[in-house]
Amino acid sequence: MKYTEGPEIQDTKAPSGPIEDRWEKRKFGAKLVNPANKRKLNVIVVGTGLAGGSAAATLGELGYNVKSFCYQDTPRRAHSIAAQGGINAAKNYRGDGDSIYRLFYDTVKGGDFRARESNVYRLAQVSVNIIDQAVAQGVPFAREYGGLLDTRSFGGAQVSRTFYARGQTGQQLLLGAYQALERQIAAGTVEMFTRHEMLDLIVADGRARGIIVRDMVTGEIERHVADAVVLASGGYGNVFFLSTNAKGCNTTAIWRAHERGAYFANPCYTQIHPTCIPVSGEYQSKLTLMSESLRNDGRVWVPKVAGDSRPAGEIPEADRDYYLERIYPAFGNLVPRDIASRAAKNVCDEGRGVGPGGLGVYLDFADAINRLGREAVEKKYGNLFEMYERITGENPYETPMRIYPAVHYTMGGLWVDYDLQSTIPGLFVIGEANFSDHGANRLGASALMQGLADGYFVLPTTLGDYLAAGPFGEVSDEAVAEAEIKVRTRIDRLMAVNGTRTPDSFHRELGKLMWDYCGMERTEESLRKALERIPELREEFWRDVKVSGTAEELNQVLEKAGRVADFFDLAELMCLDALIRTESCGGHFRAESQDAEGEALRDDEHFAHVSAWEFSGDGPVLHKESLEYEYVKMTQRSYK
Amino acid sequence: MNLTLRVWRQSGPSAPGKMVTYRVEEVSPDMSFLEMLDVLNERLILSGDDPVAFDHDCREGICGMCGMVINGVAHGEQRATTTCQLHMRHFEDGATITIEPWRAAPFPVVKDLVVDRSAFDRIIQAGGFVSVPAGSAPDAHSIPVRKEDADDAFDAATCIGCGACVAACPNGSASLFTAAKITHLSLLPQGQPERLTRAKAMVDQMDAEGFGGCTNTGECTAVCPKGIPLDTIAQMNSDYLKAN
Repeated sequence: MKYTEGPEIQDTKAPSGPIEDRWEKRKFGAKLVNPANKRKLNVIVVGTGLAGGSAAATLGELGYNVKSFCYQDTPRRAHSIAAQGGINAAKNYRGDGDSIYRLFYDTVKGGDFRARESNVYRLAQVSVNIIDQAVAQGVPFAREYGGLLDTRSFGGAQVSRTFYARGQTGQQLLLGAYQALERQIAAGTVEMFTRHEMLDLIVADGRARGIIVRDMVTGEIERHVADAVVLASGGYGNVFFLSTNAKGCNTTAIWRAHERGAYFANPCYTQIHPTCIPVSGEYQSKLTLMSESLRNDGRVWVPKVAGDSRPAGEIPEADRDYYLERIYPAFGNLVPRDIASRAAKNVCDEGRGVGPGGLGVYLDFADAINRLGREAVEKKYGNLFEMYERITGENPYETPMRIYPAVHYTMGGLWVDYDLQSTIPGLFVIGEANFSDHGANRLGASALMQGLADGYFVLPTTLGDYLAAGPFGEVSDEAVAEAEIKVRTRIDRLMAVNGTRTPDSFHRELGKLMWDYCGMERTEESLRKALERIPELREEFWRDVKVSGTAEELNQVLEKAGRVADFFDLAELMCLDALIRTESCGGHFRAESQDAEGEALRDDEHFAHVSAWEFSGDGPVLHKESLEYEYVKMTQRSYK
Repeated sequence: MNLTLRVWRQSGPSAPGKMVTYRVEEVSPDMSFLEMLDVLNERLILSGDDPVAFDHDCREGICGMCGMVINGVAHGEQRATTTCQLHMRHFEDGATITIEPWRAAPFPVVKDLVVDRSAFDRIIQAGGFVSVPAGSAPDAHSIPVRKEDADDAFDAATCIGCGACVAACPNGSASLFTAAKITHLSLLPQGQPERLTRAKAMVDQMDAEGFGGCTNTGECTAVCPKGIPLDTIAQMNSDYLKAN
């Protein structure tokens, strides 16, 4: 795939000065919109997860006219709901040495020095307000007998700063945001559009001014215009077909915005989560995560010798290799996700994997049950154990869980500045859909933190600064009509192919290819193969896909086909991005770039930058944003 | 495994529906129920037929989007399990499985097994929240909550809004759904200021949506994938009576 290099890009909104004052400075510098004007300003928010739901609710509370869109039947279904483990906050309620600075430091280091210091510091600052907000909403966090909030440890941290609600933290936080959103819907500040899918962005006079959506029940194509558009449409992990994402998660909203001019940053940064239930067969439709919190008490091991086929219970201690504890004594089972995932892959590659196909490692709770008692373990992890048993038919109280890494989160996303604004004025991107805070690897319990930080606290301030110059007047009919025709043409094209393969069969093949060639380990050879194969498969898709039914009704095959078509284009950019980043960093592991012990080897001299891709008909254009570290010294990460 | 499916097919809200029979072969016992339906749908698409429309998203039992009546039981006979988490190992080879949508007047069929559950959102809109705008919260530790209360509130708060309780209830009542939210917030200090107005508004909205009344049959809690306890309804009634 051909690409060219364009001028460097800069985050012009990031304030200078001492890092702890920057957000305060930006907030004070941001223009305000007077209350009477707010109701004349229209904002569209796409997606109702933690970021989108909290943003729409908060913008409604502030008095803006908000339209909120989701593809599900109600905003409460967004996939944030499936986050299990918890949410980080620098409250230091335990007095164990935590601080805003330490959360900032851990996050920059955990992201393998590929995130912006200013953004991460702000995230750590705002984290404390999120917990306050959620508690005030009635989110039932776990508590201790004294009535205060309980916390636990998560990967990549040596303090206990993760707040949780059993294994359903995402659900409880999302329902808090959903309830705030429903309150605003009742108040009339937010108009809700469920079962609507965004299919294009309207850009007029250089500003994002609206979206084209399809009503998924009637098939009707609708136009919605506004003064600003906020995308909170989540990540693109489903490009791999098998992932822990919900089935509906897709890249369409951000990809279409990318085609309209929003730069796509670091598409190759994908997170492979170490503790998922292994694949059981060809028919598998998705993978299920087992919360990272399990690594607090579960011990990861495989047999010492390859080919040891004894059942777990018959393998004596002496023949077990607790490899994370052995290789990383300081962090043990709590090393960051990228490291734990790759370690699992390595032992499986050595033939020491367990379960069908040898693609699994044990996560063993026997010691925890002996130490704490079954009841205590059940209290902490009961619902996760039940979930495991329901899916596998095995009882984890008696035999160790089998786990294997799976695609879970995408750190890449649309490029945004400190204000969370993309390269298209008026288009803001929040939550997993943007690229901003996690660098090359996200720490556990930080996605909930970022989504809510963006939605409740950051966007409502920075969006106001943009809207203070509005309203921006009528949107030219030409721009709206052009976007609508583009959407209609594409749907007609998909309907007209009438080939012999289902959208799912193409998606599976693309996903397999991405997992094999652009997954946990990438090489120049594998990426070149992918870049050769993706266009061929895409060509076959457009020649041979079969979409049944009509476009004027509820048609889940058509929905799927449109999303798969965008995944092809994204997959190509991911592989290109992975190919030219010849270093290893965080979740991006290039086999050519590792140290003597097999750890990821960064190349700070050539790659301490964000790769922001501009869409162009002649092939993508690369813009680099250089990353500077004033506070956290760039070092090789060590969890030993 | 080889199975015979009897599936409710209905092309739109006002179209007549009927049961249609399909054979599905070579089903693996490790498949989820929805993966088994995926297999059927892939075949239907290729043969030019309309695949069976059904709602689903997370496929890990938490989003609440999936739900169908399987052999007469909402989410199937496996207790505390959503349809997406139900696995084929619980069915016999050669079995005939009947699959229908949730049936309740306030949940009109959209297509096949897809129903409109927006009435639930309107019940939440009536008062299922604590009025606390972003940025106005005091420090989280300023209000201690008894662990028992927090745990009980959590148990009620785990409702996923799937609607199985309504589908199972002989009266088509949404009492368990409504009571779960009322109980969650009633048990916490944060929920106290709006406690009675909330209960009244939510119950009134539930009635306005056309859901039936509760006669304590307990079918709701029996099918609830999250095991929301029946005594939440007592809490709801108590708050509602006080509010009147």
